[in-house]
Amino acid sequence: MEREVAIVGAGQTPFARRCGISISEMCFGAFCNAMEGLNLKTEDIDASVVCSATEYDKQRSPAAVICEYLGFAGKPTFCVESLCSSGSSGLRTAYSLIKAGLHDVVAVVGFQKMSEMSSAEAAERMGRSGDVMWESPFGLSMPAAFAMFASAHMAKYGTTEEQMASVRVKSSRCASFNKEAVFQKEITIGEVMNSAVIVSPLKLLDCCANADGAGVILLANKDRAGSITDKPVWIHGLGASASSCTLSRRATFSTIPCSWPAAKDAYEMAGVGPEDIDVAEVHDCFTITEIINYEDLGFAKPGEGVRLIEAGQTYPDGRIPVNPDGGILSKGHPIGATGISQIRTIVRQLRGECGKTQVHGARIGLVQNLGGPGIYAFITILGRD
Amino acid sequence: MSEFQRFGVKSFTGETKSSEFAAYLERGQFITTRCKQCRAVSFPPRVDCPECRSSDVEWIEVTEKGRLQAFTVVHYGPAGFEDRAPYTLGVVGFPMGIRVFGEIDEAIPTGEIKVGMVLRVVPIRLNGERVSYHFEKD
Repeated sequence: MEREVAIVGAGQTPFARRCGISISEMCFGAFCNAMEGLNLKTEDIDASVVCSATEYDKQRSPAAVICEYLGFAGKPTFCVESLCSSGSSGLRTAYSLIKAGLHDVVAVVGFQKMSEMSSAEAAERMGRSGDVMWESPFGLSMPAAFAMFASAHMAKYGTTEEQMASVRVKSSRCASFNKEAVFQKEITIGEVMNSAVIVSPLKLLDCCANADGAGVILLANKDRAGSITDKPVWIHGLGASASSCTLSRRATFSTIPCSWPAAKDAYEMAGVGPEDIDVAEVHDCFTITEIINYEDLGFAKPGEGVRLIEAGQTYPDGRIPVNPDGGILSKGHPIGATGISQIRTIVRQLRGECGKTQVHGARIGLVQNLGGPGIYAFITILGRD
Repeated sequence: MSEFQRFGVKSFTGETKSSEFAAYLERGQFITTRCKQCRAVSFPPRVDCPECRSSDVEWIEVTEKGRLQAFTVVHYGPAGFEDRAPYTLGVVGFPMGIRVFGEIDEAIPTGEIKVGMVLRVVPIRLNGERVSYHFEKD
């Protein structure tokens, strides 16, 4: 297994519907959280990668003001965007910078302040989620795309709305222990089923909610990692792929086409398979997405994802715990920070710092971060050893 | 207004080498492109072939029946579609190997819409000068 690049620090702000502070202040909070307990000074950070879906930002090219505020002035910085997977594309960028020998220590900063935008502005951007030339003129939105995937999965495998709702039940149970989540109250299947239909078959509680938040991951090469922390977490595998943005160019709707190619690359690079994963964070922007992800990542056979959730196997004490922090459904979705928060959770799981949702003895973890209506997939496999 | 800017309920971009698509909708025909070099058929239409990089394409009409592959009834639409909801979107796959995304005819009762149902694509005229297409029952 590769031990070339390590995650030495990981932090985030609590996610909130409205944070009431600036984007730079949010990122500063996440940075301080990531630096806690490390033998590392701000001036030791050689470069930064700032991750944001910039269409949601008031600040143009936000990397500049954020780097200034965090004290990275004078160091190279990059702004990376791939919608909801911006954070994971930032991690891949930072890994490459270190692996290429350009920099020894790199900070990956992900953030989004969704509340900075009026609901009208947010609705306008929602209308441009897909192919603006051929599909947006019909009123396609991000939830509508995933609702169509749900309809295809239901038709092909007999998946039910109650089974989808059970994903939210698990999410809410896990999030009841997560003080950084937007929603910390336990939710029942009945509450999901009785919530308003947004885009059939998806109801309000099948959907994630916009949030404000920031996260920071600190990466170092193998020569530096040991002196910075005694608990480095190693990047064992990376995979990335993309599917067509135009839905009508996809061959299937019961799967996210880019997920498996990305996962396969990451598994091969890490020398592991789905059966070796002790804990995972998957992209649960909607309940159906988590079920499809189980299948796309090889945790279940196609059509059998619902069996995992029904048997409780993806709860923190199950065979393959998924989203022990509550996932996007409960934590909220600050686009650019989401991937960073997923990675941070796996880092903390591998360090054994997760309290009531700790997966005992977790040594290998996987993060799956999707962008847009399944346009981008990034898989990261992390290991304690 | 460019021809293509009249396509759909709301236009986001109007300049394209495929603007003939909208002109044909106006005349009641649903067309797409086929590469004259490698014969690849594409939907959405594109006048630049990704298979062989030729820009020598011809327009062909899609008249065959297809099957619904996925759909959703949108109760909350994005900006510009608030008053239109509920409306039903879907993807229909055709035997010629293309799939088409669009709206399902509002005349079909929602309860009757099922994945696998047979539909055909029909050009329609929206309010004013706008043109579009939807899927009708055979």
